[in-house]
Amino acid sequence: MGYTVFYLSAIVIVPLSMIFFNTIPMGWEPFLHAVTAPRVLASYRLSFSTALFAAVFDAIVGLLTAWVLVRYRFPGKQFLDALVDLPFALPTAVAGICFATIYSPVGWLGQTLIKYNIEIINSPTGIVVALIFIGFPFVVRTIQPVLEEVEQEIEEAAQCLGATRWQTFRKILFPHLFPALLTGSTLAFARGIGEYGSVIFIAGNLPMKTEIAPLMIMSKLDQFDYQGASAVALVLLVISFSMLLLLNAIQEWQQKEYR
Amino acid sequence: MPKTQTSESAPVVHKRISDPLPVQMVLIGLTLLFFIGFIFLPLGLVFAEAFSKGWSYYLESISEPYALEAVKLTLITVAIVVPLNAFFGVTAAWAITKFNFKGKATLKTLLDLPFAVSPVIAGLIFVLLVGSRTPFGTWLGEQGIKIIFSTPGIVIATLFVTFPFVARELIPLMEAQGRDEEEAALTLGAKGWQMFSKITLPNIRWGLLYGMILCSARSIGEFGAVSVVSGHIRGQTNTIPLHVEILYSEYNFAASFAVASLLVFLALLTVGLKMILEKQFQKNSFHH
Amino acid sequence: MGIELQNITKKFTGYTALDNISLNVASGELVALLGPSGCGKTTLLRIIAGLELPDSGKIILDSKDTTNLPPRKKNVGFVFQHYALFRRLTVFENVAFGLKVLPFRERPSRSAIQDRVEHLLKLVQMDWAIKRYPSQLSGGQRQRVALARALAVNPKVLLLDEPFSALDAKVRQELRRWLRKLHDEIHVTSIFVTHDQEEALELADRIVVINKGRIEQQGTPQEVYDHPANAFVYNFLGNVNVFHGRIKNGKVSLGTHHVDAPDELKYTEEKPSQAFVRPHEIGISRIRSNQADLAGTIREVRLMGGQIGLNLECEGFEHAIDAEIPRDLYLNLQLAKGEKVFVSLNRVRVFTGDYEI
Repeated sequence: MGYTVFYLSAIVIVPLSMIFFNTIPMGWEPFLHAVTAPRVLASYRLSFSTALFAAVFDAIVGLLTAWVLVRYRFPGKQFLDALVDLPFALPTAVAGICFATIYSPVGWLGQTLIKYNIEIINSPTGIVVALIFIGFPFVVRTIQPVLEEVEQEIEEAAQCLGATRWQTFRKILFPHLFPALLTGSTLAFARGIGEYGSVIFIAGNLPMKTEIAPLMIMSKLDQFDYQGASAVALVLLVISFSMLLLLNAIQEWQQKEYR
Repeated sequence: MPKTQTSESAPVVHKRISDPLPVQMVLIGLTLLFFIGFIFLPLGLVFAEAFSKGWSYYLESISEPYALEAVKLTLITVAIVVPLNAFFGVTAAWAITKFNFKGKATLKTLLDLPFAVSPVIAGLIFVLLVGSRTPFGTWLGEQGIKIIFSTPGIVIATLFVTFPFVARELIPLMEAQGRDEEEAALTLGAKGWQMFSKITLPNIRWGLLYGMILCSARSIGEFGAVSVVSGHIRGQTNTIPLHVEILYSEYNFAASFAVASLLVFLALLTVGLKMILEKQFQKNSFHH
Repeated sequence: MGIELQNITKKFTGYTALDNISLNVASGELVALLGPSGCGKTTLLRIIAGLELPDSGKIILDSKDTTNLPPRKKNVGFVFQHYALFRRLTVFENVAFGLKVLPFRERPSRSAIQDRVEHLLKLVQMDWAIKRYPSQLSGGQRQRVALARALAVNPKVLLLDEPFSALDAKVRQELRRWLRKLHDEIHVTSIFVTHDQEEALELADRIVVINKGRIEQQGTPQEVYDHPANAFVYNFLGNVNVFHGRIKNGKVSLGTHHVDAPDELKYTEEKPSQAFVRPHEIGISRIRSNQADLAGTIREVRLMGGQIGLNLECEGFEHAIDAEIPRDLYLNLQLAKGEKVFVSLNRVRVFTGDYEI
């Protein structure tokens, strides 16, 4: 017990509080100045919007994948099921160089896409591609158990009452899965905002255009601007914490209302 | 003879409602398409690039001194981080599931923190805490201890990033198992430690193992946090992923992917082990 | 709006769930399918609903062949053992569901739906819970809502799959009586599945006893109970004492004891037989009033509410005999464990041939 608390404070709480201790001496004005600099704002906007796009895409594909894996039987299903976890297990840097290479103008997909004037590398689209990969397992793994638990009788009841397959899904199953879907995509979103390794290779890191927020922290650190880095980090942290709180709220709401 | 009817569900497994075959085909097809684009293509690419200059170049790339140093550093990190976090994970899960105390919910939320914090921030906080420009760091420097831009920094940052894994795996497991068995053991006169090693540990062993595997996988692959604290000194503070990055930014793609393929192997191994462990665990819980 | 089942057969891998079943249910009838678990009764119900397809045979609903229609086109109401209410919908939305998924042209107006749902919830006495979620209701209340939901679409036939088996004893009995009353009011053709003989006897207009995928007997509760067609039905419909013996020269042996064989078996050749006596058809007295009475000793006394259960050991009988007598008689005779009594078998049913449960 005591050990738990000690370890937690040594590894998590004390270091995290350093962000605050480094920002407070800055004073309000310089802090505002640091976090509202156009380049920083652009990076927030980019991190936010790309993570959001990726989360929405993950929600759709994740739901689809979970459905296929739970409901259907086909050869190679177990294999696919196992591979869902690959983005968890694969180092982000490896994912990063893979996507950067695939979509480079001479890469497997990049050389085709360039003919249609679609550029993925060095663009926000590339960032979204990397984030989709990173967030994908979160959605699948939160929906899967919920979908497995749906009783067969529920669907039979809907059918006997005259509902088509699609009506059953839309009116009964989807509302049932929705909280899990929301939890999963929020996780994917939160992860996407902070993601670094997989993004920097494909993003090109052009100031004002494809520079994500974690990279801003990195470049401020490289210039030994510790306070600036802390300030940017503080804003990101606050966002992450709110996501975490939101998640807890979703889970509580889910348990209270319908259990 | 008097005879009473007992209620039990019929042994028949009734057919599950399913979608029409064309719908199934389309949905499976779409899923496969996504897997091809986002999972299989990158995997294939790694190996295609890694062997693009032939076997001998591949072997050379993964056995050159800098690569070996990176592997060594990574292994050292894993060897320190995994046992520490496993021990912490067990105690934390134990404390959370078997006792009631104030601030339990807070403790649980704190456990999730490293998941929500960007890896770059994870690195940053340790630079702020013990970096050479901070008072504490300066003092340590005077004592001849260097943390940032050296191995201890990498270890600490990795500790932070990977510390929830074991606890996260164990908490639901231990919650589901409840306290009955432990309480039974206590009433039979078992001491605390006996109870733990004879009752609790066998019950959670697969979960613990899986948590440790996840923890090692992440320790090996962590990039953002380590990148901040390492200083990228070749042959000294480069882990495998950092080495991959350097090779890549030097346009030495074949070597970079060769080293990356090692990480892919490990990732595939992790995923495979997970599948096996899950089956093991299901079998186990049937026996209970 | 009757139902006609013609030669329904259904095989699952390894065994036959339904073996050539034919059954007619008249319009407005309340029929119980009674049988032990795994006898195929639930499968039959699911086939009528279209949730399962028969391997052969026809289902005629309201003089239309509906064998191959999907469930949503059959217009049957199905009530599930575990309610199967939609958790994310309120009670109102649950009941309104069947109306709201109708094709646009057939769908009633908003206010018509509102009226219908309110009417149905009043009928099942759940109108007070219209805005609640299923999780806020007890099991019995949930099953009432499930019933209202099934009735909302004006089903041609109402199918109930062990509707009360998930409830506790008291609620079960209450709901049973209430369902009988409800059926007398609305007269919808209904089939319910149960393994509880008491439930079937109390509730149904007609009982269909099913065993191993075949119909053993059908008839009113009175007929089935008083004139069971075979040993299985007799045994399944209540507690019995079974005596294995032989039938010979118009006499049936029960242990060392003999009774007259029933008329239809008087002149058969010698063969094995089983004799059945229900516990409440056994008389107990202190004095021997008849030559046929058996001498016995009370081994055990059990209080069973209004009745007293006695476990008797009788001379010449291998197994103990169970009897049930009214409490008054028990007190009058001043019986107790270990006392010697005389036992008369007032009503013995004899069956020959193979018999298994």
